[in-house]
Amino acid sequence: MEPMEIAERLRSEFPEEVLQSYTHQGQTAVLVRPERIVAMLRWLRDTDDLRMNHLRSLCGVDNSRRKDPGLTRFEVVYNLYSIPHRHEIRLRAEVGAEDPVIDSVVELWSAADWMERETFDLMGIEFANHPDLRRVLLPDDWQGHPLRKEYPLKGEVEWAGMTELLEKVKELDQYGFQPDGNEQTSSGPSKEDK
Amino acid sequence: MTRPIRQRLEVPVAGGDGERYSLRMGPQHPATHGVLRVDLELDGETIVECTPQVGYLHRGFEKLAETKTYAQGLILTDRLDYIAAMANNVGYCVAVERLLDIPVPMRAKYIRTIVAEMSRLCSHLLWLATHALDIGAMTVFLYCFREREVLLDLFEELCGARLTFSYPRIGGVRQDVTGSFIDELQRFIDIFPSRIAEYETLIDTNRIWLKRTVGIGKITGEEALDLGLTGACLRGSGVDYDIRKHQPYDAYDQVEFAVPLGSEGDVYARYRCRIEEMHQSIRIIQQCIDQLPPGPIVDPDAPDLVMPIKAQTTIQAGRSEYGTGLIRLLRDENIYITGDVYVATEVPKGELGFYFISDGNNRPYRMHIRSPSFIHIGALSQIARGELIADLIANIGSLDVVLGESDR
Repeated sequence: MEPMEIAERLRSEFPEEVLQSYTHQGQTAVLVRPERIVAMLRWLRDTDDLRMNHLRSLCGVDNSRRKDPGLTRFEVVYNLYSIPHRHEIRLRAEVGAEDPVIDSVVELWSAADWMERETFDLMGIEFANHPDLRRVLLPDDWQGHPLRKEYPLKGEVEWAGMTELLEKVKELDQYGFQPDGNEQTSSGPSKEDK
Repeated sequence: MTRPIRQRLEVPVAGGDGERYSLRMGPQHPATHGVLRVDLELDGETIVECTPQVGYLHRGFEKLAETKTYAQGLILTDRLDYIAAMANNVGYCVAVERLLDIPVPMRAKYIRTIVAEMSRLCSHLLWLATHALDIGAMTVFLYCFREREVLLDLFEELCGARLTFSYPRIGGVRQDVTGSFIDELQRFIDIFPSRIAEYETLIDTNRIWLKRTVGIGKITGEEALDLGLTGACLRGSGVDYDIRKHQPYDAYDQVEFAVPLGSEGDVYARYRCRIEEMHQSIRIIQQCIDQLPPGPIVDPDAPDLVMPIKAQTTIQAGRSEYGTGLIRLLRDENIYITGDVYVATEVPKGELGFYFISDGNNRPYRMHIRSPSFIHIGALSQIARGELIADLIANIGSLDVVLGESDR
């Protein structure tokens, strides 16, 4: 099915939710409201001639430095693909700045579990009804969400766990451990290991 | 933790006395293929709960890419899946070309197809080597590394690097292939099928190998889709999804090849899939060598670290109007089309997708990497639950994860 046709079908099924659709480089994206995202994705997945059964990616976007006006602060982007019908579509769900929350889609795809955790971790968007919303790539006690545009590239403060780590190194030092590693003889050939 | 999609816990394989204990496997464990930590909750030898912990290799590539030009961002992709860096480079270039609408000469497409398939061979060889080593077959490891060395030497001849290539570039490739490279490659692919047969004599019907792999880590096609598995992990469960066929890029629509499918969805089926994929890669490389067209290897308008060729010539000619010259690249103005694309390529591990947003600047506004390893590790807890701890090793091996790609 032509991607624009899918967008139109989605609009007629959810007239309140779909805000705008466009095609860029042959790919169609639909800008939607976040409230009924689970219902929309379920409809896309389960309707017989659509069968968007593969959640390709899920990520968050921070729009605060975008030039085009009228965009909400955050977006959650879902890329869907239908393996039986070989068509794709992209949903961009608006998420506001004050309380960035959107419903979790883990009930539709287990794969969304880690994707949503990653989005929460790096972008700070929360997912309601997620079974286990924790940080995944960064340490649990990390401050801030690095992919937000106001977060500086070099970070804000040193990670709190660093002091603890250095103390541990000092403690191990009395057993002859060299933190610099210069004293130790390097052994073994260099490896291209996995 | 997550919604249970399987109820294997009801039949404990080798249950203990019901007393649970926890074990932390990794991050420094040889069988986890990198810095992956798995927190295990065990009942005897049976896994009750399995929680993978990643992030030890997180380098913030998505944040970093926002501060670099498109051409500079290429080197980050080398460090994703460092076993098959070439395939990542190709994936990045294909995505940026689609985003910025840059055409690629036919010869460059063929060369990129060749190197991407060589990369697939490299990755599958290393996968087979370490997977077999984990299960206890040492000889396969040595055999595979013998062939991998030839491929790395070929890469070295092509671009001077053995692991982090950055050889493809946006709009083409960096240098043309030489006659001696093609000859060496031809010699390698003539001999390689017999080498695959050698590996198969070692393990294919080996009784220990079969005991360790057949029926282990079973995933049905529906479960695999639910878990987001791609690549050989999905095809081993019988789902016909290969991006090279579904949404062809580079020269994949010009060559003939088959997509190997398994049916059982166990470790053995995934092993068979990857072995067959190596045969198919050889077929693709052979056809690309035969059909390699003459012509330029890079589009003159393509942005790069050095000046695009078109801009160079116009500056030399003393004219000031040019398309995507360096000066305009450095100035912070709208030089590219705006918009967003998601482009996926079939890398050895599965589906590597790049989601780009361009706001017209010379840097991507947002780059999201959909890495197959990250999602495969996320699926591990559901695959391993209820199985033996020794089978966890076979499962990690057969999911074929690389932590550099997972953690980004």
